[in-house]
Amino acid sequence: MNWIDIVTIMRDEWSIIGILILLLAGEILVDKKQLSMLIPIAIGLFVLHTAMSFIPGDKATLFGGMYRTNEMMHFMKAILNVAVLIILFQSYDWVKTTLLPNGMANAFYMLLFAVLSGMYFLISAGDFIMFFIGFELSTLPIAAMAAFQLKEMRSTEAGIKLVLLAGLASGIMLYGISLMYAVTGTLYFDGFLSAYYHEPLLVFGFILFLSGLAFKISLVPFHFWAPDVYEGAPIAITSLLSVVSKAASVFILMILLLTVFKDLSDAWKMVLYILAVLTMTIGNLFALRQTNMKRFLAFSSIAQAGFILLGILAGGAVGAATVIYFVLIYVFTNLGAFGVIQAIKDESGKEDMTDYTGLYRTNPKLSLVLVLALFSLAGIPPVAGFFGKFFLFSAAAGKGYYILLIIAVINVTISLYYYLLPIRAMLLRTSDTPIPTTKSGNMMRIGLLICVAGIMILGLYSPVYSFVLGLTQSWL
Amino acid sequence: METGIQIGDVLLVTSIMFFIGVYGFVTRKNLIAVLMSLEIIINAAAINFVLINKLVFTTNLHGVFFTFFILAVAAVEVAIGLVIILNLYRLKDSIDPEEITTLKH
Repeated sequence: MNWIDIVTIMRDEWSIIGILILLLAGEILVDKKQLSMLIPIAIGLFVLHTAMSFIPGDKATLFGGMYRTNEMMHFMKAILNVAVLIILFQSYDWVKTTLLPNGMANAFYMLLFAVLSGMYFLISAGDFIMFFIGFELSTLPIAAMAAFQLKEMRSTEAGIKLVLLAGLASGIMLYGISLMYAVTGTLYFDGFLSAYYHEPLLVFGFILFLSGLAFKISLVPFHFWAPDVYEGAPIAITSLLSVVSKAASVFILMILLLTVFKDLSDAWKMVLYILAVLTMTIGNLFALRQTNMKRFLAFSSIAQAGFILLGILAGGAVGAATVIYFVLIYVFTNLGAFGVIQAIKDESGKEDMTDYTGLYRTNPKLSLVLVLALFSLAGIPPVAGFFGKFFLFSAAAGKGYYILLIIAVINVTISLYYYLLPIRAMLLRTSDTPIPTTKSGNMMRIGLLICVAGIMILGLYSPVYSFVLGLTQSWL
Repeated sequence: METGIQIGDVLLVTSIMFFIGVYGFVTRKNLIAVLMSLEIIINAAAINFVLINKLVFTTNLHGVFFTFFILAVAAVEVAIGLVIILNLYRLKDSIDPEEITTLKH
C-alpha cells in the first residue's frame, strides 16, 4: 500500500481537507476588507469537489481496517456532497448579508466542511475509534453554527440545547461501547461479534449505543431537542441538521445494523419496530398543531425518519437500496422546502404559517416550489416522494411486517392533512397583508432549481433505483 | 490466587459514576454544573476503557488509545459548551436552565 493508493482511495477526504486548509490560509493571509472574495472561492472549490465525487470509487481497506470504503459508501458520500452544495447555494444571500459584516462568513464555510469531513469518516469507519471521531466531528461544529447569531437569544438557546444534549448522547453511547468492549475485547468492526452475541452485557451495551445514534436521527424518545434547535438555529443550519446530518446517521446506522450487528438482529428488530411506530405516530401528531414553518418541518422530518426505519427493518440488499433511495429523494424534497422558507425569511423576516396566506398571488414561483416539495413529502404520486415511500413499504411488506405497514399507511394519511394546510393557505386563501413580491438572488434560484429537478427526475426516471440496488447487492 | 481489583468492582464503580452523572445532568440548576455532570458521564466510560484493557484484554492497547481520543473530544465539547454559555450570560444575565424558555411549543 503506497502513498498514491492512499490518496486515490481517500480522495473525498483529502479534497475536503485541502479546501479547509486553503480557506484557513485565506482567513489568515487575506486582508480583512477583502474577505468577501473567499465566498465564491469556497463555493467554486466545493462544486469541483462534488463533481469529482461522482467518479465511482472502489472497494478498499486502509490503516489496518480502521478505514474502509466501497462503491456504495462512495455513492453515499456523493449524496451528502449534493446536499451540502444545495445548502451552499441557498445560504449564499444569508451569508453575504448577515455573516459577512461580522467577519464570520469564512468560519461558516470552514465549520460546514469540517462537519462534512466528519460525516465521511463516520460512514467509512472500520472501528469504533474512527466511528466516534466521525460522530463528534459531525455534531459539535453544528452546535457552534447553531449559535452563530450571537445577538439573538433564540439562536444561542438552540446552540446550548444542542451541545448539552449531544454531549449526553455521546456519553451514553461511549458507555455502551465500553460495555461491548468488555465482552468482545476488540474495537474493530470485522469479527466484532463473533460468538459473543448471546451475552446480556453486550446486549445492554448495544442498546445504550443505539440510543446515541437514535438521538442523532431524532427517533422518538430521543427527539426532544429537534424542534427547539430547528426553530432557533439559522435556516441554513436547520437544513444541515435535518437533511445532511440525518442522512449520514441513517447511513451508518444501516451499515452497522446490517453487517456488524447482524447476529443481534433478534434484539434490534424488536427495538426498531417499537421506535418506528412511536416515531411515525408522535412525529405526525405533533406536526398537526405547529404554526411555525421550521418547527412544522422539524416534526415532519421526525415522522419521515420513522418511515426510513421500515427499510432498515426489512434488511437485505433490497431494504438497504430502498433506504438509500428514500434518503436521496428526501434530500431534494426537504431542501426544496427549506430553500423557499429561507428565501422568504431573507426578504421579509417572516416564518409563521399564517404569514404564508395568499403567497401564490405575490410569489407564484416560490409557492409552486413549496407545493411541489410538500406534495413530495406527503407522497402524492407524480413526484418522487411517492416512489420513495412505495419502495420502502413494499420492502417491508416483502418481509411480512403487515401490522407495521398498516400503522405506517394510517400515518401517511394523517400527514396528508397537515402537509395540505400550508398549501391551502398559499393557493386558496387571500390575505390583507401578504408577503411582498420577493426577488431572490441567482444562487438561491440555482439551489431551488436543482431541488425541483431532483424531485421531478427521481420520480420519473427509474434507472436510479436499479443503480442503487446494484450498489447494495454488491455490498451485502 | 486472585488479588487486587476485579473487573466486577470496576464496572460497579463506573456504573455508579455514570448514573451520578445522569442524575446531575437532569437536576442541576446551573449550566456549568450540567456541563460538569456531562464530564462525569464521559469519564466513567474512559475509566471503563482503561481498566478493562488493563485487567481483561492485556494483549493489545485498544482501550487505552480510545481513551486518548475520548479526552480530546471531551475537552472540545466543554470548550464549545462554555463559549455558548458565556454568550448566553451576556444576553440574559443568568445561566439557570429553567430560565431558557424562549423556544416552546
